[in-house]
Amino acid sequence: MSEIIMQIDGIEVAAEEGMTVLDAAQKAGISIPTLCYLETLEPYGACRLCTVEVEVRGRTNLVAACLYPVEKDLIVRTRTEKVDKIRKMILELLLAHAPVARGLKMQEYAEEYGADKNRFEKEPSFCIQCGLCVRYCAEIKKKNAICFVNKGPSREIQFIPEIAAKECWSCTECFPLCPTEYLQGVFVLTKALAFPSAPMGPTVEE
Amino acid sequence: MNNDKIEQILNEHQGQPGALIKVMMEIQEENHWLPREVLVKVSEKLEVPLSRVLRIATIYKTFSLTPKGRYQVNICTGTACQVRGAQQVLEEVQKITGIKPGETDPDMKFSLETVNCQGCCSLGPLVEIDGKTHGKTAPAEIAEALKKYE
Repeated sequence: MSEIIMQIDGIEVAAEEGMTVLDAAQKAGISIPTLCYLETLEPYGACRLCTVEVEVRGRTNLVAACLYPVEKDLIVRTRTEKVDKIRKMILELLLAHAPVARGLKMQEYAEEYGADKNRFEKEPSFCIQCGLCVRYCAEIKKKNAICFVNKGPSREIQFIPEIAAKECWSCTECFPLCPTEYLQGVFVLTKALAFPSAPMGPTVEE
Repeated sequence: MNNDKIEQILNEHQGQPGALIKVMMEIQEENHWLPREVLVKVSEKLEVPLSRVLRIATIYKTFSLTPKGRYQVNICTGTACQVRGAQQVLEEVQKITGIKPGETDPDMKFSLETVNCQGCCSLGPLVEIDGKTHGKTAPAEIAEALKKYE
């Protein structure tokens, strides 16, 4: 396989074709913050926390490192002022959904980037829609017991009662994956099993 | 619910995951809503995970997971219709039918929905009842028109 030489934060890094910027950085020991990334799953690009600045032929662009493929002579900067500002904003927005996140990762990042969890009005849904549980169930367990429903502001995760009743209590492997709260999964699962016929249509706004 | 027709639609596309949205739209057209049992059947016949069927069923406005009334009332609230007084028409319809947009009345007669531009702004405010378009509607007119539907 051909080797691709690129630059991350001023360090020459050798990567292989098909890798993403995030893979290459991790290989070189450069840490990029992620929330929705899990090695065993397909990259998803939901949280955008891994945003980095890439430079191709003199043009810079902001991309999600977990999705962006490596290429020859790519220059990546992971900690510019702009990137830090974006990550801080993303964290503040996410923290509005999970203000008391037990997820260590999220708190550490918040501290690192100086994110203020009180900046935006709180909407404690405890879900940042990273899709880890949904994707884990679909890709690794192949059970498809949990899915996203609705769209836009009313998008949320939901267990499918028919499948969940049979599969979930003996698995529960998606619970610890949650970057905000272990109990989030427990709550959603219990809700699905307790009210299997609860309406799923989009909630009427206003 | 016309089960034979739904069976027929499902059999036509058996084992074709790519036809999912088409099948769901045909069933929606036929049955006016997608009951849970039907969605489970769709998932089995088309070999698509139920999770994907549900995700798609909840994303698109075309699909309804609740029963619909016999007559669908669509009121355009696009900019032009809005300016021409769609709000008053909407309020009148709400008063007559007693339902808000997105709802169906208890005797399953009307389902009310607000829609975006229908493309004939010069006819605004536009109201579509059971597929029939009523243009340049005034609140009093729409009250008359609604009476004709039983």
